[in-house]
Amino acid sequence: MSETQSNYNYKVVRQFAVMTVIWGIVGMTVGVFIAAQLVWPDMTHGISFLSYGRLRPLHTNAVIFAFGGCALFATSYWCVQRTCHARLFSAPLAAFTFWGWQAVIVLAAVTLPLGMTQGKEYAELEWPIDILITLVWVSYAIVFFGTIAKRTVSHIYVANWFFGGFILAVALLHLVNSCAIPVSLVPFKSYSCFAGSQDAMIQWWYGHNAVGFFLTAGFLGMMYYFVPKQAGRPVYSYRLSVVHFWALIFTYMWAGPHHLHYTALPDWTQSVGMIFSLILLAPSWGGMINGIMTLQGAWHKLRDDPILKFLITSLSFYGMSTFEGPMMAIKTVNALSHYTDWTVGHVHSGALGWVAMVSIGSIYYLLPKLFGKQEMHSVKLITVHFWVATIGVVLYISSMWIAGVMQGLMWRAVNADGTLTYSFVEAVKGSYPFWTIRFVGGLLFLSGMFIMAYNMFKTMAGGNTADAPVLAAAGHHA
Amino acid sequence: MSDFVNEFWNWYVIITVLVSVLGCAALLWVQSTATFTAGKTCGHVWDETLEEYNNPMPKWWSWMFYITVVFSLVYLALYPGLGKFPGLFGWSSVGQYKVEVEKVDAQIKPLFDKYLKMDLKAVAADKDAMEMGKRLYLTYCMQCHGSDARGSKGFPNLADNDWLYGGEPEQIIETIANGRNGMMPAYGGNEEAVGGAAGAKEVAHYVRSLSGLPGDSLLVAKGKEKFAAACAACHGADGTGMQAMGAPNLTDKIWLYGGSEKTIIETITNGRQNKMPAWLDFLGEGKVHVLSAYVYGLAAAGDKK
Repeated sequence: MSETQSNYNYKVVRQFAVMTVIWGIVGMTVGVFIAAQLVWPDMTHGISFLSYGRLRPLHTNAVIFAFGGCALFATSYWCVQRTCHARLFSAPLAAFTFWGWQAVIVLAAVTLPLGMTQGKEYAELEWPIDILITLVWVSYAIVFFGTIAKRTVSHIYVANWFFGGFILAVALLHLVNSCAIPVSLVPFKSYSCFAGSQDAMIQWWYGHNAVGFFLTAGFLGMMYYFVPKQAGRPVYSYRLSVVHFWALIFTYMWAGPHHLHYTALPDWTQSVGMIFSLILLAPSWGGMINGIMTLQGAWHKLRDDPILKFLITSLSFYGMSTFEGPMMAIKTVNALSHYTDWTVGHVHSGALGWVAMVSIGSIYYLLPKLFGKQEMHSVKLITVHFWVATIGVVLYISSMWIAGVMQGLMWRAVNADGTLTYSFVEAVKGSYPFWTIRFVGGLLFLSGMFIMAYNMFKTMAGGNTADAPVLAAAGHHA
Repeated sequence: MSDFVNEFWNWYVIITVLVSVLGCAALLWVQSTATFTAGKTCGHVWDETLEEYNNPMPKWWSWMFYITVVFSLVYLALYPGLGKFPGLFGWSSVGQYKVEVEKVDAQIKPLFDKYLKMDLKAVAADKDAMEMGKRLYLTYCMQCHGSDARGSKGFPNLADNDWLYGGEPEQIIETIANGRNGMMPAYGGNEEAVGGAAGAKEVAHYVRSLSGLPGDSLLVAKGKEKFAAACAACHGADGTGMQAMGAPNLTDKIWLYGGSEKTIIETITNGRQNKMPAWLDFLGEGKVHVLSAYVYGLAAAGDKK
């Protein structure tokens, strides 16, 4: 074994970890900006590339694929080497995934404001960028599964099942939904391979599985490594992880049609999407239970460990939004919630409460180790970040719940003469106070990210970036 | 149902859905029969400290899982989901929609029938009818004409007394019921007569002068000749328009697309296409009648100011 083969590859983890924080700030800044546009609609004086319609996809792409994506790359690369007791497979290919992914993000940040889009939610990026994503993703799979293949332990740790499932499913989703016929290079332009309600169905098969695999399975992998590590306790139940893993990845694939209730999609398809969304409740909660119950016997650690606070709070939000999701998938509930801000609140209780918080906790765990420090520059600032972020999320989701239910009720209210009680504008007017509260909530969450960045740069200063030696696997039945 | 081109796909859906739902329960059942040693780990260690307990799955969680499976099977028996099988309730989203619409229609028919028998001007004077008209307007019309009915670029102001197609009751009903297609041809359909870009500018100056707006007197004079050749056929020799064709009056300082020199040149050069959709099929005679009365009343109210 060569000298480099006896060390873990920390460089690529470090790069992705730092960029997680940077892209988090960028993506959330755009989010706060468009939240402000809803409160002050004339804020940007009609400048096309600053318009809400152009920036909203930039926000979603930046937080999901830049912030979330970098967090997943960093944690999966860390986890897979450490739990396989082997150096990451192919350093050059791993480096390509880093630089390739950054290029995808920068291209997104340029083309989306220019209005180049496939018009598919969460899959807006045009065909040349889609090709680059494919190359990066195939390389990612080779690096990840290559490392699994050269592991020096017989069993594959549960976190890696989730990371592996996420990588394979996202490849499948991306290739099918982004299937398009290119018509021009300058500007980027293509037309979807699918049409009509088939196109809508494929888009939401993709869309819901982007949530299920990119934003859930991958982050559950993160949870399965960092929660037991930080708590210093064994995972609560191996068998629960087996059942909820297979049930989760299987049922998510069916749930997409609940995004298309009461549309041109056939009734039978809507029903099938709805029942599998309900079945999905238990597999989702399996992950929450396994994470939170891991703390059994170590609850006291929550009191003064802010990293654990982030991780466990994220699981609470995960449990909450995966209860809310199946409820909203029920047709009669959906009839009220669909197209309202309730959906936006639901998404953010998942995105801020679950995805961002579990990532933030994990990155706080990683940073000192990647820069040869005992702990973060200031543990106190992590606590401050935790409270600022938590208050931000609560303000955000509660304002959106109220606004959403209010909109749903106003839209369906009918007078005795069959006319609508409220015109659309009245619902808009009624939403302003809640949009303002949402803006404040988002601003708080963003401020937390700045605190994190400060703490990160202070931790990085004078850090030691040497790779740690690969640990020998513990003997079986140790 | 036309969703299935043949029986194969029908059965493909039925079998796949049932096997998948039951498969979830089977997975849970089979895994529940494993041997558990609560409080003891499975014996594997990763990365120094990572271990797993061999605890059973929480009972309440397993029951919750089974209940969702049972609910799903019951739902599939009652509602559409298994291929062509319509479900024991015979429910469909189209069916539900029709029932709801019929119910509301039956409820409101007498209300609108009452006004349908009345003259439009009388309806416009009826306070209750105008309240209904306003609510209809705010639901169906304000997206284009604005919540204050003052319109915007390309969408006529309904609160003034300027009419593209006429403001008499029957004309307003016709506009709402059957819609209108507005069409200004590029260069009035006669580029030679207008004389290209230079001519368009001259005509624009003349058109502005019709509304008493300032312009270059030389250009106005040249534009006048060209107007007579290319524009007068629709807009009239004096520029006061022709409601039968929806050709706007150019002498009243009211502009559908804007009265700046630049905008008028754009209108002359590229022409304009506009469309008021037809509402009769969607709203029915009664609602169109009340809505027409409301629009008639808007202009009447605007008049008084």
